[in-house]
Amino acid sequence: MPILFYISSLVTLVATVIAITRYHPVHALLYLVVSFLAMSMIFLSLGAPFVAVLEVIVYAGAIIVLFIFVVMMLNLGKDTARQESEWLRPKVWLIPALLSLVLLGEMVALLVIGAEGEMHISVVDPARLSLSLYGGYIIAVELIGFLLMAGIVGAAHIGKHTKKHLHRFLQEKEMEKQEINI
Amino acid sequence: MTPIGANTVLVVAAALFVLGLAAALTRKNIIFILIAVEVMLNASGLAFVAAGAKWHQPDGQVMFLFILAMAAAEISVGLALVLQIYHQHKTLDVEDLKELSD
Repeated sequence: MPILFYISSLVTLVATVIAITRYHPVHALLYLVVSFLAMSMIFLSLGAPFVAVLEVIVYAGAIIVLFIFVVMMLNLGKDTARQESEWLRPKVWLIPALLSLVLLGEMVALLVIGAEGEMHISVVDPARLSLSLYGGYIIAVELIGFLLMAGIVGAAHIGKHTKKHLHRFLQEKEMEKQEINI
Repeated sequence: MTPIGANTVLVVAAALFVLGLAAALTRKNIIFILIAVEVMLNASGLAFVAAGAKWHQPDGQVMFLFILAMAAAEISVGLALVLQIYHQHKTLDVEDLKELSD
């Protein structure tokens, strides 16, 4: 259904624009959830139902919840929003936005010039996907397993709450600073 | 089913990627930069799925699964780093974090 694709891609783009312009982190995350849900609808209309489900579960579920937990733990609220509104002046965002707009224009021009044909969507069901995943891509699956393991160990190690250890040169500097203050 | 223009999907993916890029260039708060990176990864996943749908092959979706796992690992390590940075420096401003520069 092309009309579903067009509506949901419009929703995705609008929700992403709103999400990246919010000052309050929680508002940005909520608009990002809308963007991910609409993206899952795009995947469904492209004939990829398994990916659509995973988009909802992993992106809109797990990753956004992780973000919200961090926002909650750091207690980011009105102060952050005020700080953001101070940082995000037109002078700051205008030039990067224009440059990326130029890049987008180039990419769209290339895509439109090289236009060929239309997609005839046929659903690729999860059975075919898993046959391909555990057939030709088995090495890549194992490597992704390594990557996830490394991510877990790294996050557990980095996130551990430890005392602040200074290098001995920095320790000397800190001592000197304290002596000067005294 | 009636067809969707093959390039329309890629244009949507490109627009999403550029939005994420602009946000990553503009913002100074680490949390917002991580959100922008997430948007960009999602856009590249959309391009892969669109290519897979064009040729009726599952490979594009397989690549999306790999991008998904990579994004999850990246975001967990990134958020752990954000927590640690906040505990040590009491700020999330990327311009204040310049301990390595001297």
